[in-house]
Amino acid sequence: MNYSIIVYIIGWILRLQTAFMALPVVTALIYREKDGSAFLITMGLCLLTGAALTFKRPSNSVFHTKEGCVTVALSWIVLSLTGALPFTISGSIPNYIDAVFETVSGFTTTGASILGNVEVLSHCILIWRSFTHWIGGMGVLVFLLSLLPQIGGYHMTLMRAESPGPSVSKLVPKVQSTAKILYTIYIGMTLLQVVLLLLGRMPLFDALCTAFGTAGTGGFGILSDSMGSYSIYIQVIVTIFMILFGINFTFYYLMLSKKFMPALKIEEVRYYLAAIVFAVAVITFNIRHLYSHIGLALKDAAFQVGSIITTTGFATTDFNQWPELSRTILVLLMFMGACAGSTGGGIKVSRFLILFKAIRKELLLYLHPNAVKKVKMDGKSIPHEVVRSTNIFMSTYVLIFAVSVLIISLDNYDLITNFTGVAATLNNIGPGLELVGPAGNFDMFSYPSKIVLIFDMLAGRLEIFPLLLLFSKSTWKKF
Amino acid sequence: MQIIIVGCGKVGRTLAEQLQEEETDLTLIDTDADKINTLTDNIDAMGIIGNGASINTLMEAGIESADILIAVTASDELNLLCCLVAQKTSHCHTIARVRNPIYNQEIGFIKERLGISMIINPEAAAAAEISRILRFPSAIKIDTFARGRVELLKFKVMPEFGLDGMSVFLITEKFRCDILFCAIESQDRVSIPGGNHIIHNGDLVSIIASPQNAALFFKKIGLKTNQVKNTTIVGGGTISYYLARALMAMKIGVKIIEKDKERCEALSDIIPEATIINGDGTDRRLLLEEGLRQTESFVALTNLDEENIFLALFAKTVSNAKLVAKVNRLAYDDIIDSMDIGSIIYPKYITADYILQYVRAMQNSIGSNVETLYHILDNQAEALEFIIRENSPIVGIPLSELHLKKNLLVGCLNRRGVIRIPRGQDTIQVGDTVIIVTTNKGLRDIRDILER
Repeated sequence: MNYSIIVYIIGWILRLQTAFMALPVVTALIYREKDGSAFLITMGLCLLTGAALTFKRPSNSVFHTKEGCVTVALSWIVLSLTGALPFTISGSIPNYIDAVFETVSGFTTTGASILGNVEVLSHCILIWRSFTHWIGGMGVLVFLLSLLPQIGGYHMTLMRAESPGPSVSKLVPKVQSTAKILYTIYIGMTLLQVVLLLLGRMPLFDALCTAFGTAGTGGFGILSDSMGSYSIYIQVIVTIFMILFGINFTFYYLMLSKKFMPALKIEEVRYYLAAIVFAVAVITFNIRHLYSHIGLALKDAAFQVGSIITTTGFATTDFNQWPELSRTILVLLMFMGACAGSTGGGIKVSRFLILFKAIRKELLLYLHPNAVKKVKMDGKSIPHEVVRSTNIFMSTYVLIFAVSVLIISLDNYDLITNFTGVAATLNNIGPGLELVGPAGNFDMFSYPSKIVLIFDMLAGRLEIFPLLLLFSKSTWKKF
Repeated sequence: MQIIIVGCGKVGRTLAEQLQEEETDLTLIDTDADKINTLTDNIDAMGIIGNGASINTLMEAGIESADILIAVTASDELNLLCCLVAQKTSHCHTIARVRNPIYNQEIGFIKERLGISMIINPEAAAAAEISRILRFPSAIKIDTFARGRVELLKFKVMPEFGLDGMSVFLITEKFRCDILFCAIESQDRVSIPGGNHIIHNGDLVSIIASPQNAALFFKKIGLKTNQVKNTTIVGGGTISYYLARALMAMKIGVKIIEKDKERCEALSDIIPEATIINGDGTDRRLLLEEGLRQTESFVALTNLDEENIFLALFAKTVSNAKLVAKVNRLAYDDIIDSMDIGSIIYPKYITADYILQYVRAMQNSIGSNVETLYHILDNQAEALEFIIRENSPIVGIPLSELHLKKNLLVGCLNRRGVIRIPRGQDTIQVGDTVIIVTTNKGLRDIRDILER
């Protein structure tokens, strides 16, 4: 284990954190809010520690998968722990564990809140909450990779540990250029959304926060009813952008480089869009009697489906009140999640595709025991390794899910609350059903339960294994 | 610069490792998913699994915008096919590794007609390197450029040569050797000599010449080259064949010891002048019987790296021969180097070096009509390669009548694969490859060689 390089990269993460906090400080200056001082104190701390840790480049820059996973997991933890400080220092969220819950929820783009009424918070705190979504959406280490010149051959291990999906592929030969392209697309789409929201007469501050929440597929709103009180135009724009940010970014890269046919042939994107269309149609039909006009039902159904499948978690209405069929579809969509290589969470469409295809293959093997068949996606056969790791991912996922539900059931809330609460955090969505539905929040859980949910959020964002490795004894052994 | 490497074996891997240090975008293609995965974990490059000769795979690798395609798979035919397919789809330069001696004899045709920029034959390259080691003492520095085709030999003018005060023209007249003085360094200044340039003692002189002519010239002026007179080669593989041919052209006696009877017969068929011994090269008695104690040089070229090293060590204890051992696989080169066994030859590095030199030369020439540009003589001069594609003011006029710039000369002409040292009455023709040696930097077109 090469500790010096891990420490060095964490130092850089702290320096980046300092830079990120400039945004809330500027906001505080504009609105003349005293909460800005909380950010300044945190910035000072981060900068000092960061500078100390990056003072000397480590001579040994050997980097393996193990170091990559540990670096990514620790970076996210460090980011969350420091990101929570302003909440506590400013007194907006007095308890530190609550603040960490809120920050982790931000960085992991979950959007689950422990705050009942967000409208009392100052502007700089609100924009920081939303900004954490944006940072966490594409990933901090990917951002760092696009800035930091290469030290050793560690780029790919870092990117693989942070990027969602069963297998990570580069867009262009160099990792640094790939990271730059990803962030360019990300920033471009975010700006486009801000402009479109401004055209809908949304104030700049609201537009920024909403765009950050949408781009990262996070879901922190700045109003208590989330998106409910905005105009239909704005709700439609947010719906479209949520769905767009849930698409694999390779799709956009191919589109930009004018390779339309390969882009449109990505199986994952097709199934993702098909799932959305299907869910919207069924739910619209199911809830049509609740609305005066079918168009309104369609709008709300599309918004909620887009919000849940991309794991954003915005809401225009309290879907907890919807009929059982619609609620069940939404819960199932929670698990499915968005495309791999997008900013969304969940298990990912491509994993389900691989699993279904693997099941089909197994069935065939029952009928023809000697048949040889490869699992294929996008016309290419998937290596057995990927199929195996997808299976293991699913088993681990179910295991963590079950244990989490078991632990938080100690708080004695009903099963739907516990079940959807864990589903909403592990899949980085935000709202669940019943007590943790769009109208509720996570504040009533006890601190041990909150810590379990914090773990679930991080595990969901980092796709379980990097985080679990931290708890493995052999990770920390010298030999 | 975008480079595609097809085939991730030893050479492909070495190339990728070296190229990633430079400003290049690398894409690797191999059919073996495992190779691609381990390689892209350690190297910042894109990996594509597939057949490099398939147009779809190449498209996926971005052949349309690539600058160079390097085909180094195990199969000659596949490498050539890769290059052909690549050439039909884009304007990239192509480099193929071709090791079959039969194709090697037709290299001129392949390059000319199939339009492949560079053909690298690892065995021939290794043999050339070994023959260089055996031919010259370390006092003569050898620079190669233009993909190893042209040799630049640098030596110091000593009083005993009797060259002091003679002009370049006079020297060429007097010794009647087909050599070209291409650069003279005196007091840290490099100049490209004209016919009237006077040479003084202590000058460092660089000449372009074929190996035979260089040896002849050195003999005539009395420069001791310490060239060996005979050599013993253990192992009769392809490198041995190329090496034997190169050495025999220099009148160096060659004795090859090879285990396989059939191979021995084949060798004696194609190189009848060499002494072919059928026997086990690791047999001490046989080696001593075949005059190991008296041999002036000993080259170990069996297929086993360990055997080569041991043979060289053994030869060291019984003789004063110059030693050369081939190492193919071993990754512990630092340890082998510390064992002090004369020269070690790593064919994979030689191949990679040749290709790298070409890639760098191409990188230097981006944005001009220069084919490749080599920095020679410690960066003090440049050797530029031009392909004459169309009629221009320089075509068809004898070189002596062209008003060439100062400090510039036409170093060599490559007409349909035949290298020649140009004289005043020679003309440049369309289709020739011309190498210009100059200290004037910044030439962009063949017309720039003329004085305006």
